Amino acid sequence: MADLRVNFAGIQSPNPFWLASAPPTNSGYQVQRAFEAGWGGAVWKTLGEPILNVSSRFAGTHFNGQRVAGFNNIELITDRPLEENLKEIYETKKRFSNHAVIASLMVEPKQEKWHEIVKRVQDVGVDGFELNFGCPHGMAERGMGSASGQVPELVEKQTYWAKEAAKVPVIVKLTPNITDITATAYAAVQGGADAISMINTINSLAGVDLDSWNTIPHVAGKGAHGGYCGPAVKPIALNMVAECARHPEINVPISGIGGISTWKDAVEFMLMGAGSVQVCTAAMHHGFSIVEDMIDGLNNYLDSKGIAALDGLIGQSVEKYSDWGNLDLNYKIVARINNDVCINCNKCHIACEDTSHQCIDMLTSENGNAYLEVREEDCVGCNLCSIVCPVDGAIDMVEIPNGEPMTWNERQAAIKLPICNS
Amino acid sequence: MNLNRVKNKTISLDNLRTNFQEIEPDLTPKEAIEESNRCLYCYDAPCIKACPTSINIPSFIKKIASGNLKGSARVIMESNPVGASCARVCPTEELCEGACVLNNASLPIMIGNLQRHATNWAIKNNEQLFQAGEATGKSVAIIGGGPAGLSAARELARLGYEVTIFEAKDKAGGLDTYGIVSFRLPQEISLWEVEQVEKLGVKIQTNTKVGKDIKAEEIISNYDAVVLAIGMSKVPMLGIEGEEAEGVLDAIEFVEGTKTPPLDQEFIGKKVVVIGAGNTAIDAATCSVRLGAGDVKMIYRRTEKEMTAYEFEYEFAKQDGVEFRWLTQPKRIIQDEAGKVKALECIRMELGEPDDSGRRRPTPIPGSEFTMEVDAVIKAIGQTRYVHLIEEFGLEHNKGIVKIDAATHQTSNPKVYAAGDVIFGDGQGEAMVVTAAQQGKLTAHAIHKQFITNEATLESV
Repeated sequence: MADLRVNFAGIQSPNPFWLASAPPTNSGYQVQRAFEAGWGGAVWKTLGEPILNVSSRFAGTHFNGQRVAGFNNIELITDRPLEENLKEIYETKKRFSNHAVIASLMVEPKQEKWHEIVKRVQDVGVDGFELNFGCPHGMAERGMGSASGQVPELVEKQTYWAKEAAKVPVIVKLTPNITDITATAYAAVQGGADAISMINTINSLAGVDLDSWNTIPHVAGKGAHGGYCGPAVKPIALNMVAECARHPEINVPISGIGGISTWKDAVEFMLMGAGSVQVCTAAMHHGFSIVEDMIDGLNNYLDSKGIAALDGLIGQSVEKYSDWGNLDLNYKIVARINNDVCINCNKCHIACEDTSHQCIDMLTSENGNAYLEVREEDCVGCNLCSIVCPVDGAIDMVEIPNGEPMTWNERQAAIKLPICNS
Repeated sequence: MNLNRVKNKTISLDNLRTNFQEIEPDLTPKEAIEESNRCLYCYDAPCIKACPTSINIPSFIKKIASGNLKGSARVIMESNPVGASCARVCPTEELCEGACVLNNASLPIMIGNLQRHATNWAIKNNEQLFQAGEATGKSVAIIGGGPAGLSAARELARLGYEVTIFEAKDKAGGLDTYGIVSFRLPQEISLWEVEQVEKLGVKIQTNTKVGKDIKAEEIISNYDAVVLAIGMSKVPMLGIEGEEAEGVLDAIEFVEGTKTPPLDQEFIGKKVVVIGAGNTAIDAATCSVRLGAGDVKMIYRRTEKEMTAYEFEYEFAKQDGVEFRWLTQPKRIIQDEAGKVKALECIRMELGEPDDSGRRRPTPIPGSEFTMEVDAVIKAIGQTRYVHLIEEFGLEHNKGIVKIDAATHQTSNPKVYAAGDVIFGDGQGEAMVVTAAQQGKLTAHAIHKQFITNEATLESV
C-alpha cells in the first residue's frame, strides 16, 4: 500500500482527493458524510455575503446514451448565513481533525472586506483558504468571482489583502474564462498566494429546448450563462494545470480541478503537476462513495509501478509538456492495421479518405476476404484512424526510423545562422 | 443466459475433451468496458441485496470501468471466497441480474459475466488478494473443503486463526471442483480459489476421511472449534428391481468422472436415460451428450411445471437435444445375461391431489407399462446425507440435517459449528454454492465473535 498522504502548501490531508467548493460542500452534514466516505479534504462552498439563488439551477449534457458528459450550473455561492457555516466548519474540523477543511471565500474587491472575512473564518479553525476568483455567473455581475479573476491586477491585490490577514495557507482559484491563465496565475503568485487551483467552470449554455425554445435550464422562460464542468472539460483543465506547472515563474503547488471522475483522471492531473485534486461533478452524479475506488485504484496503480508515495508521481510529466516549436519534425509514426483483430467496420478508411490523408485502402484477399491496409508512405501519422477505431488493438501507431531529430526552433536557428554570420 | 455468447455448440466425437471446455467465453475487454459503463452505480442497490453473499456489485463493476481490475476482484472475493466459481454457477437471473433495475428500462447488466471477467483477471495475473491476520493462537478444524468449508477457512485465516481443513478427496473445492460440469466451471477455477485459501496458511489435509482416517472425537479435542461442512452424499437408491446392474450410475459420481481426464469413451453412440429433473439431472444429461451419447432422455414422474431445475438449465438441455419424458416413472431395470443394463421398464403417471410439498401427487396409470432400450441409467433423484458421520460427532439432526442455532451457528455441541448443505433442508433455503459460501463466512464470524466474547468474559473475571 502506497502512502497517499499529501502536504499541499502546508495543508495536510490523508489523501489527495478533495471535494471542490460546490453544492456537495454546502453544509457540515454533507462534508462530514464525505469524510466518512473517505474524502481527504473539502473546500467549503464559497462563503461571502449570503445571496439569493434561483430555482432551476443545473443542466447535464448527455452524450450518446451516457449521462452527464458535461454539467452546467447557475447556482451561486452559499445562501446560508455565515454564522451557520462557521459553526458547522468548527464542528466538522473537531470531528475530523486529520482531514483538510478549506474555506472558499468571495467578497467585494476591498481590503477591509477581505480582512474581515479572513479573520472571522480563521477563528473557527480552517486549514486553509481558497479565494474564489472564478465563479462565472451571478457574482461576476457584482464585480466579484470571475469579473475580478479576469483582471491580473485585481487578482494580485486581493490575494495580497487576503494574505495580510491569513495565518493559514491561501490558495487562489482561477477562472478559465481568460485567454492566458498563466497571466492570472502569475498575478496570484505575485500577490503572495501559497498555491493556486484550477479550473473553475467555463461559461456555458447547456442547450435549448426544441419544443418550448427555452434555454436549458431556464428560470421562468429566461436563461443566463452558467458554468460548465464535468468530464467534458477535463482536457481544458489539464492543459491549464500543465501550462502553469511548466511556467518558470509560477512555483507554487497546484490543486487540479476539472472533470476528474476516476483515479486515472487524478493520476493524469498529478503527473502534470497537481499536488491535490478536487472533484465535484462525479460526486454529484454518483454520490460520495466514488472516492473509494479513487483511493483503491490509485493505491493499486502506485503499487504496480513500485511507487511508495505521491511525490514519485506529482509533476513527473511536466517536462514532457512544451511548445510546438520544440517538437521533433522528423519523428514519424504510421498506422498499422492488425487484420486478425479488425472487425471490418471500415470507419478508419472513410475517416482517412474523406477527412484526412487518403492512405487506407479497402482490399480483397486472394480467398475473397475484405481487408484494410495502410499505404505507409502516404500516412502522416495523424492518429485519426486509431481514434475512430472501435476495437482495442486493431490499429497500432508504429514509430518509423526517420533521421536525426530536428525541431522547428532548431531548424529556424539553423536557417538564420548563416544570415547572422554574413 | 444469452445464448448468442455460447460457443462450442457442436459435439466432437474425435476429441471429447473439447466438448467440456467452458462454453461461454470471457467478455472481451471491449465488452467489459461497455457493459460496466452501462451499470448505473445505484445507491442501496437491489443487486447487492439479491446476492446471498452481499457482494458490492456496483463497486466491483465501477472498478472494471475505471480499470482497477485488482480492486474489482478483491471486492468480489472479499464478500464471496468462491466468487470466481459463483460467477459461473449462480442462477444470476434469479439473484443479482434478476434484481437489476435495468430489467424495467432496457436490459439487466451482465453481472455474472462481469464478475467472471474481473476474477479471470486475478487468476491470469496470479494475484494473492488477501493476507492472513495476526495469529490469535486459536485453532479451528474444518471438516470438508467445499464452498462452505473454504469460505469459513478463508475468513478464519484472515482473522488470525490456525485452520486445518480435512478433505476426503484428492483435491479441495468440493462440488466446485468435482460436481459442477466442466463446461460451466472448469476445475482450475475452483482450484485457484483453493490456492487463495491455502496461501493464507490454511492446511488442507486431502485424502483424509474423518471417521475413518481420523476420529471425530480426536478432532474435537485437538482443536478450539470445529466446523462441520461435509455437504451431502451419494444419490439414494431408487428401490426398484435391477438397480445393481452394470450401467446404473450415480449422477454425482458420473459428473465427477467428467471433471478429470481421461474421459470415458464408452458412451459414444449409446442410449442414456437420466432419472430425475433437477439441476444435477440436467448436468448428467448434458454431460452424456458431450460424451457422445446418441440418445439422451430424461424421465420424471411429474411434469415440466414441477421440475426443480432452473429455467436456463432446462433451456440449455433442450438446446443440447436432450429429450424429456414427463409423467414417467421407472419400474424395473432389465439386464442382459452379463448383468448389464439392457432396458428400462417404466409406467406412465397422472397427477392427483396436492401432497405435503404442495405439488400434485403423481400416481401410476394401471396397465400403462412400457419398455425402452437403454445402455445406461443415471440416477439423479437427490442426495443422501452423511448421517453416520454426523452421529459420530454426536450432533442433533433431523434426517441428516444438522440443527444449528441460527444466531451462533453452533450445533448441539457448542464447540462444533456447521455450515453449507449439511444444514440445508426442508424450508432452510436452497442448496446453492453461493449460499454455502455465505454460511461458511457467517460461521467464521460467529466463531470469532464467540472467542472474543469468551476472552472478554475471562478478562472481566
